[in-house]
Amino acid sequence: MPEGTGIGAAVRRKEDQRFITGKGRYTDDIDRPGQVYAHFLRSPHAHATVKSIDSSAAEACPGVIAVFTGKDMEADGVGSLPCGWTVTDKHGEPHKAPPHFPLVRDKVRYVGDHVAMVIAETLAQAVDAAERIEVDYEELPANVDGTKAPDSGTPQVHEEAPANLCYDWELGDQAAVDAAIAGAHHVTKVKLVNNRLIPNAIEPRAAIGEYDSGTDSYTLYSTSQNPHLLRLILCAFVLGLPETKVRVIAPDVGGGFGSKIYCYAEETACTWAARKVERPVKWTAARSESFLADAHGRDHVTHAELAMDENGKFLAMKVETNANLGAYLSNFATCVPTYLYATLLAGQYTTPVIYCNVKAVFTNTAPVDAYRGAGRPEATYVVERLVERAAREMGIDPAELRKRNFVPDDAFPYQTPVALTYDSGQYGLAMDEALKLADYAGYAARKQDSQSRGKLRGIGFSAYIEACGIAPSAVVGSLGAGVGLWESACVRFNATGTVSVFTGSHSHGQGHETTFSQLVSDTLGIPLENVEIVHGDTGAIPMGMGTYGSRSLAVGGSAISKACDKIIEKGKQIAAHLMEASVDDVEFEAGNFVVKGTDKSKAMGEVAFAAYVPHNYPEDLEPGLEENAFYDPANFTYPAGTHIAEVEIDPDTGVTEIVNWVAVDDFGKVVNPMIVEGQVHGGIAQGVGQALLEGCVYDPGSGQLITGSYMDYTMPRAGDLPSFKVGMTETPCPHNPLGVKGCGEAGAIAAPAALMNAITDALGVEIDMPANAEKVWRAAQSQRAAAE
Amino acid sequence: MPTVSMTVNGSHVTKEVEGRTLLVDFLRQQLSLTGTHVGCDTSQCGACVVHLNGKSVKSCTLLACQAEGAEVTTIEGLASDGELHPMQAAFKEHHALQCGFCTPGMIMSAVDLLQNNASPSETEIREWLEGNFCRCTGYHNIVKAVQAASQGS
Repeated sequence: MPEGTGIGAAVRRKEDQRFITGKGRYTDDIDRPGQVYAHFLRSPHAHATVKSIDSSAAEACPGVIAVFTGKDMEADGVGSLPCGWTVTDKHGEPHKAPPHFPLVRDKVRYVGDHVAMVIAETLAQAVDAAERIEVDYEELPANVDGTKAPDSGTPQVHEEAPANLCYDWELGDQAAVDAAIAGAHHVTKVKLVNNRLIPNAIEPRAAIGEYDSGTDSYTLYSTSQNPHLLRLILCAFVLGLPETKVRVIAPDVGGGFGSKIYCYAEETACTWAARKVERPVKWTAARSESFLADAHGRDHVTHAELAMDENGKFLAMKVETNANLGAYLSNFATCVPTYLYATLLAGQYTTPVIYCNVKAVFTNTAPVDAYRGAGRPEATYVVERLVERAAREMGIDPAELRKRNFVPDDAFPYQTPVALTYDSGQYGLAMDEALKLADYAGYAARKQDSQSRGKLRGIGFSAYIEACGIAPSAVVGSLGAGVGLWESACVRFNATGTVSVFTGSHSHGQGHETTFSQLVSDTLGIPLENVEIVHGDTGAIPMGMGTYGSRSLAVGGSAISKACDKIIEKGKQIAAHLMEASVDDVEFEAGNFVVKGTDKSKAMGEVAFAAYVPHNYPEDLEPGLEENAFYDPANFTYPAGTHIAEVEIDPDTGVTEIVNWVAVDDFGKVVNPMIVEGQVHGGIAQGVGQALLEGCVYDPGSGQLITGSYMDYTMPRAGDLPSFKVGMTETPCPHNPLGVKGCGEAGAIAAPAALMNAITDALGVEIDMPANAEKVWRAAQSQRAAAE
Repeated sequence: MPTVSMTVNGSHVTKEVEGRTLLVDFLRQQLSLTGTHVGCDTSQCGACVVHLNGKSVKSCTLLACQAEGAEVTTIEGLASDGELHPMQAAFKEHHALQCGFCTPGMIMSAVDLLQNNASPSETEIREWLEGNFCRCTGYHNIVKAVQAASQGS
């Protein structure tokens, strides 16, 4: 590991000082002069017609300033929250896009849907007054189960979507796949449930909307992962405002995991209402509101088949998925179970033909959208559970079966049958490293030891792949994306030699202030402490697309790298003038401009100073040293690796103990290995949470959210998790300037399959996630009974 | 409205509060000590942990009035004379935080652990922290930091 502060060094984080001393500044920590508080009255019903709303008693309550409903927003021309990705179904039709108004107009469609907004001098007054609003509901039958959504007789969530179908979509050659399956030596079949998750960033969402009548402009403080994208959606689609009149500030944000990408009803309403009441309007979600109304994740039911020849060589894969999108389309809901899912079904393997059909449906549940991994954990879960099951059925060691089918090292760039071209990888290397770290050779003895103690031991693999560095704009545009997915950077030398970097990426835990500083410090040869990273404020940064899809370093970092290159090019012209040399003879080395073959040299700081005090300066060159760059990636990046989980189950209690976890990941070049390992740890924990503990449950009859608090929704705690063994291989990305691939989602993508493969190996029987103690105990008991 | 007096981070404060005001809201809103966070409404997440008379408590689970006469220490009061508390330093050194939102509560809880058990095992650390959620770190580096702080390194 390199010493110092350059690329590759485990630099301690610059941002930590404020967080460890209580000086972080999150949205709820901000108070604006004259601020008032918003509280949302939410639907208690999963499905109902709103016949009338009488808010007169609430309006008369102490401290109440206003009560707004969907009718007030409608009168002001407030639009629908849009879905930004058009998926074309298998018949060539665009997906069904029913309106999604911030406050409902005539119907509520899930428990937690937004009925009215109360604004009062204090939060307690707003909450109290909301209880005095009388809503006349006519309850309607509800459905929360995606697999039942298309059935005749199932309640219709939207008139615009017959059979509750948003789209029936396909990818791949169905005829070729069916033929290969028909002629195969063996076909392994699985049915898998990818459980619905509630993201649960520990900071709840919050917003402060503010209106300045003097300039007729708005400021929105928001817990956003992408302030410009939020502004774009708010202005262009919902509120109909010019972007010049709206500033969005996303200050310190306490975790996102996807749930803070979207433009939600609450921040929209706070922004709109700020003008109505001419006071700043603040809203902070109670955790119970986060459970009800944050965008949820996953919720797939999948039937999958893998066809093999007699040696276990994969011949074809067929996947049928039902994806529950909830009651409305969140901003990117449509692309998650399609282009971020089916395109990854080749995994790390050379499966020649693959077919995937996805039926995406509406139900009376909270909207579902991207959650850490977004489609790729679902794909990995299908592929890696299927492969492990195939290994068991074929009697082939699961590591060996994978190796027989890996895309070989010399096959890159590798075109898969599901649209993607993998850029680079060494899948066998990561597997071998993982086998060593996990002491796979010693597993049989450990299993025997567990047996001797009456315990069940299992081991499970997950050789995952993901498409990150989202994304080449032309490619995603051709697939229906409504936006470009480039990133921007501005690198500004200040006159005294410090550097301000303005990035469109947003850090909500990823450590950009450190990683990006390392990148700039290393590239420009200036001390780390002389670099500041500015992000999260549309009033300060260039238009940027924000942080999700493990894109910040691969796309945002590449933009910074390009801007630094431009700085160096301009610096050469200034330095050449100062040293009376030809520009062609000037080289940049470790922070100094030198004239080749001489001892003439000018430090970066001297050149920056000359740019701002241009007394002795090239005639035809603009003063100043500040460069903008936009970077649009040529391809996705493809991080990949192998995780191995080992568990020991107590059949008498059903408790699963994770006794070993090995992760060997290939993220390409690594800028800060400490931060990267931290991302891996956190990702694994979220994947373990999904596999072992977490699961969103709605009551099938009433549509009530059963897991609506931390008393009911089982978050992974310190005691549920082991320490992890993390290794890395390094296969640089060949198409971005840094060679980086992205690391934020890998753990969450790899972990569920590894853990469920281990648990089902130990039990000898299939169970679905979450493999909580009750399910595991029942499975262990049924196996015991069957053996007796 | 009732009046409440207590010592917060060494300073004596007296304020009028509504009877239903929680200690965490008193700290955040009336004293502007926003380092103590609110992450849930069921006393599960631990983002609001402070010390009350030297012991860790969830400040969302106490009324401000219940802290009458008490000594309260928040994350803002942990460092002294510009020197980080060893637990704060260990969190930074071992990358035990990412988004930072759970961090104040996590640190305050971990400090109290070492007051009770100067050299806890990994299992004891994980059990003690069961009342503090972290969604970012997977707890791996938090455990390392607490171990390091307990060993004075």
